[in-house]
Amino acid sequence: MHPRTVVVGAGQAAVALIARLRALDADRRITLVGDEPVLPYQRPPLSKDYLKGELAADGLSLRPRDWFEAQGVELRLGRSAVAIDREAKTLALDDGAAIGYDHLALCLGSEPRRLPAAAGGSLAGVHVLRRMADATALRPALAGASRVLIVGGGYLGLEVAAAVSGAGRAVTVLEAAPRLLHRVAAAPTSDYFRDLHRRHGVRVLEGLGLVALSGPDRVERAILSDGSELAIDLVLVGIGTAPVVDLAARAGLTVEDGIAVDERCRTSDPSILAAGDCTSFPHAGDRIRLESVQNAIAQGETAAATLCGLESPYRPKPWFWSNQYDVRLQIAGLCKGYDATLVRPGKRPGSQSVWYFRKSSLIAVDAMNDPATYMIGRKLVDAGINPHKSDLANLDFSINSLITC
Amino acid sequence: MANITWKPEGRSDVVAEVRDGCTLMEAAVAHSVPGIFGDCGGALACATCHVVVAEEWLAATGRPGPDEDEILDMVEAGRRPNSRLSCQIRAHADLDGLVLHVPVSPA
Repeated sequence: MHPRTVVVGAGQAAVALIARLRALDADRRITLVGDEPVLPYQRPPLSKDYLKGELAADGLSLRPRDWFEAQGVELRLGRSAVAIDREAKTLALDDGAAIGYDHLALCLGSEPRRLPAAAGGSLAGVHVLRRMADATALRPALAGASRVLIVGGGYLGLEVAAAVSGAGRAVTVLEAAPRLLHRVAAAPTSDYFRDLHRRHGVRVLEGLGLVALSGPDRVERAILSDGSELAIDLVLVGIGTAPVVDLAARAGLTVEDGIAVDERCRTSDPSILAAGDCTSFPHAGDRIRLESVQNAIAQGETAAATLCGLESPYRPKPWFWSNQYDVRLQIAGLCKGYDATLVRPGKRPGSQSVWYFRKSSLIAVDAMNDPATYMIGRKLVDAGINPHKSDLANLDFSINSLITC
Repeated sequence: MANITWKPEGRSDVVAEVRDGCTLMEAAVAHSVPGIFGDCGGALACATCHVVVAEEWLAATGRPGPDEDEILDMVEAGRRPNSRLSCQIRAHADLDGLVLHVPVSPA
């Protein structure tokens, strides 16, 4: 019998892993276990086109069903993994089945942080947005909601604000930190998006926390940290995600803010790998977690290479995007730990880029409606080329010249 | 429906019937066309679905929009006169018989 790889969790990392694994090894048996009853799908549109009703559910699928058949992948969808027996090398499912494995790949993703029930987190009308079912529940609920509160001014919250504002609906974004996007971007990017949302009639409240949501059974009011109250019909909670680590932790695998893997996606058990949002991995002398499509795909492919005995360590080249109204934000690199920024206006009206430096090294670029700068920024960050700030500040300076010489 | 042929450099052709409305990136990924990945799902963020349209099909496929145009200037394999990002082309009957070359990036 050919060895069997069981992939648990059916998101972007899992599909990337399977595609690469099958390309490298035609014979290996592959089983995919996922706890949602649908084919693996893309999450990014859930807070954008899918929420706006501009994309159908089947348009979200990462691959059609016949692709999995053609690749010889056994699908166990709508089933949760409940336990790993590392001695017996079996994975127990919630229907009582136990699947034997030679290798197990954990691609379990992350789950949204919720408000505690004591703060009204369990009231009807309080939503999170992570899964297709969340978005499918949110769409009709929004239809009857004229006052929407979004808790959390990160990318998810801002994308939802952009998708649901207009049509006479009052939308408020509440951010406890002093500014929007404070964890993921510098002040000029926060300023850009604050202005954008205000121009579209969204109320942006920063430096204000949520004390509690209240209502008899449905949410009706939000009480804020300055003592004020907001009357509301619907709440979306977008306060970040946590890696899904329970299954790994119960099996005794090392967990350090995510399932700990090395740069080849190996966990503390040589037969078990992990990829995507659920992992933490070594990076620049630190251990980090990246929640992004780019990371899910690259780690999935790395895990597949490791399974086939290839030496292919993961060196992240992060990129990310967000669409809000008519603004396309594209991000190259990782701004974590920046100590200086520079803002460069783009060629089109309303376009600009924010360049992030750490000890004079370029580490990231945020580009708003400026795809050319994004593409150049990606190449510069990947190649470790450090432009001079004085050049970037000069609008007559061609940034193309940085990569052609 | 449109019958589409992908010609990946140095690899076998892939031919598929693609239903109307489906992007040619999605169709390529569904048929495992080498060199087309579509990592961002069509959001114009990854530049991994680069194709070169055969000359006689240019009128039917149309021209790149402004964002696509800027990204094409920086694609890994280098821009050619008829380069497109295939996530921005949707199948329809007028594309029946379309031939797309898939350039391979220098390693």
